[in-house]
Amino acid sequence: MNRFALLLDRLGYEPSRLNKLRLLVDYFRTVPDPERGLALAAMTDALVFTHAKPNVVRALAATRVDPHLFDLSYDYVGDLSECVALLWPAPPREPGIGHNRPPLTLSEVVMTLATAGKLELPRLIAEWLDLLDETGRWALLKLITGSLRIGVSARLAKTAVGELGGRTANEIEEVWHGLRPPYVELFAWVEGRGERPDAVDPAPFSPPMLAHPIEERDFAALDPAAFRAEWKWDGIRVQASRGLEADGSTVVRLFSRTGEDVSDSFPDLGEMLATLPAPRFSLDGELLIVREGLVQPFGVLQQRLNRRTVTLKLLADFPAHIRAYDLLRLGDKDLRALPYTERRERLAAFIDEAGNPALDLSPLVAFTNWDDLAAARRDPASAGGGPDAEAIEGLMLKRADSPYLPGRPKGPWWKWKREPFIVDAVMMYAQRGSGKRSSFYSDYTFGVWRSDAEGEGLVPVGKAYSGFTDAELVKLDRYVRNNTVNRFGPVREVVHGQDEGLVLEIAFEGLNPSTRHKSGVAMRFPRVARIRWDKPAREADRIETLEALLRVPA
Amino acid sequence: MIVLAPEGLYCPSGDFFVDPVRPVARALITHGHGDHARSGHGAVLATPETIGIMKVRYGADRIGTTQAVKPGETLRLGDVAVSFHPAGHVYGSAQVRMAFPPRAPGRAPVTVVVSGDYKREEDPTCRPFEVVPCDVFVTEATFGLPVFRHSRTEDEIAKLLASQRLFPERAHLVGAYVLGKAQRVMALLRRAGYDRPIYVHGAVVKLTNFYENEGIRLGDVRRVDPKERPKLGGEIVICPPSALQDLWARKFPDPVVGFASGWMRVRNRARQKGVELPLVISDHADWEALCTTVAETGCSKLLVTHGEADALVYWARSQGIEAEPLHILGYGDEDAEPEIAEDAA
Ligand SMILES: [Zn+2]
Ligand SMILES: [Zn+2]
Repeated sequence: MNRFALLLDRLGYEPSRLNKLRLLVDYFRTVPDPERGLALAAMTDALVFTHAKPNVVRALAATRVDPHLFDLSYDYVGDLSECVALLWPAPPREPGIGHNRPPLTLSEVVMTLATAGKLELPRLIAEWLDLLDETGRWALLKLITGSLRIGVSARLAKTAVGELGGRTANEIEEVWHGLRPPYVELFAWVEGRGERPDAVDPAPFSPPMLAHPIEERDFAALDPAAFRAEWKWDGIRVQASRGLEADGSTVVRLFSRTGEDVSDSFPDLGEMLATLPAPRFSLDGELLIVREGLVQPFGVLQQRLNRRTVTLKLLADFPAHIRAYDLLRLGDKDLRALPYTERRERLAAFIDEAGNPALDLSPLVAFTNWDDLAAARRDPASAGGGPDAEAIEGLMLKRADSPYLPGRPKGPWWKWKREPFIVDAVMMYAQRGSGKRSSFYSDYTFGVWRSDAEGEGLVPVGKAYSGFTDAELVKLDRYVRNNTVNRFGPVREVVHGQDEGLVLEIAFEGLNPSTRHKSGVAMRFPRVARIRWDKPAREADRIETLEALLRVPA
Repeated sequence: MIVLAPEGLYCPSGDFFVDPVRPVARALITHGHGDHARSGHGAVLATPETIGIMKVRYGADRIGTTQAVKPGETLRLGDVAVSFHPAGHVYGSAQVRMAFPPRAPGRAPVTVVVSGDYKREEDPTCRPFEVVPCDVFVTEATFGLPVFRHSRTEDEIAKLLASQRLFPERAHLVGAYVLGKAQRVMALLRRAGYDRPIYVHGAVVKLTNFYENEGIRLGDVRRVDPKERPKLGGEIVICPPSALQDLWARKFPDPVVGFASGWMRVRNRARQKGVELPLVISDHADWEALCTTVAETGCSKLLVTHGEADALVYWARSQGIEAEPLHILGYGDEDAEPEIAEDAA
């Protein structure tokens, strides 16, 4: 456990991917099975045990620390595991006690948790916390609460395993499905001591190809004739994968961009994909809600996503649809190395043959030069987007000869988002962020002016937690702390009025009408474009400015 | 006896301020950090060391008339008997004790102690903290939360030296506040047997020379020649925290960014500053030291000047001590630099 904790601690501070890799390789090389395999499982999210709920950890802390002091500490540290790790009092060191106990291992923790009943958890955790130092306690709590975010992707961990024996991450990925922790046979193979484990996923997820945002200055170096343009649809990027199990049965899976299996939320699409004529394929596309042939704005899809249970009524009211971008695999063939234009031809034929109303092809946007494209971006409706223009959030530029590469390679694909909308709003509340920002007030609720029965006041219209630099965050955090007028649990109310308050210039992608918000509007992707330390709060924008935006197609 | 004025803590019957944040006629200064020792006062009373530091930082002409008061020496200001007592924070740092005439004849005088910043850990560059019994204890609480449990400084120095052995080709930059922390780290390195030259950023030179002139031996300390930076792989370089993010820092060979501060206890704080080698070395009392000190003064009333006051006030009340936070603004803004790390110099 100690080696694992130290590894996590060092990884957390190490910014360079290369040095992270060195640390990981060193760990995998020097730590024996099954300990290292369990560490690999922890980093690839493959450990299965019932996680301790945060409130179990909290309750445990309450047995050792004054609850009010705990609350103050937690409010400061922001991260439960770290807070408890720091607060946990050093165990009484009675002579003779604990001397014969072997050091706690990751295997012991994982094996014990796999079989432990819920009621045993608190006693076990307390016992373990008493055995560990501050770093060990922190790693243990991160692990058992299932919140191990250490800046190491599954991909990087697999790359490190591969380096033990000159294998690439892709080679590891190929055999990954079908392997289980602690991956003893994987290490044996990579280290040249065993056979290649064989396992083929019938409906695999392939890391999607992503685009870089294009900047004005990039265009000069790009030849319009080498590119094709498509609309960037405002839904959820998905990958649909279908194949056959060894026994001949069909498997269909729908993945999110990050590889999360979202099939259960979209049984309608699963059914649709299962009835297509091709038995084996993977395609890349956008999940949209389409009613009577019209693509609905993202807000509508959001409503379906908000529902916890998928009912027949939900399926009927929010019919899901896939607008296909790319074809990655068909039958036995991996098409990813083919040029974009060739893959697209096959995709068009595939969709033609499918003839299913819930699946169509994302159309190309015609252009001969960048000015044409700029015009299409300004006004998608007149450039072929027609009545679906509201669901268009910009353009995608793809090199005609681009292979389908995992990740975000620079050059072959670009995204060109619509100009954001801008509004000046006043900071009203602040809340701590998450992850590395959890000790800073980095989430800001902001409002604009509105007159109602109670007179002139600020009404909250959104929440932003990005757009500023780390240096600005330090200033904003300080501003919040020095200008707090009220506290509601984790939320601080920040001074705001005609004569005092901080104006934030907010950029956002669009506006949806909303019945859930007091203001009647919901912003898409709001972020802080600028901090207007200079601007008096009374000069911030009014709700009417936003209401006017609602009436134009966003 | 003492009140909180916009300028800071004020003693009306002695007509003086302690560590005022704005210029005043007469100021008692606990120590040389910029948030406590400001320039522009009419008269300054402080330990000889603190006055020396203020002269180095501001120049003799910008700190008004000065009166050096040796620790333990008592002087009268109005009807108040004032004395300075070591605070263990940085070289010359002191607590201010004020004894007021008894409320009734035959009763003991009422005593107030203003701690300034302090720590209980041993520090080779300054006199150790002395507990001064009092009725009212005015304390800082920079690290006034139970999550702050400082490491043993030896362990932190060992961590730095281990990293240097592990990455012998990389320069090890250590961000350390220019007054006190920087020299303490040097002294701790020397004590750990480190005898190579220690390189310093230009901003650290003046005060380090001052320490040397005062007889605090720090060994071979060299100012970094900007042109030589690429050749300093494997060396330890001490610089102000703000320099860590500067272009200045990037010219070293693959630098390991270290930072010596009590804030390094909390991961997010360390990570947010881009620190790779957090060194939990603090010149302030940690939670346990704060509570211990409050108890040891035997005070019946506790006032908390700055820092994480809420928890300490809560704890003191639970011990039957009357306690109030003062929330003095202006402390923890060392040199008005908008940097969290500087708060805890
Ligand atoms: Zn100080
Ligand atoms: Zn201070």
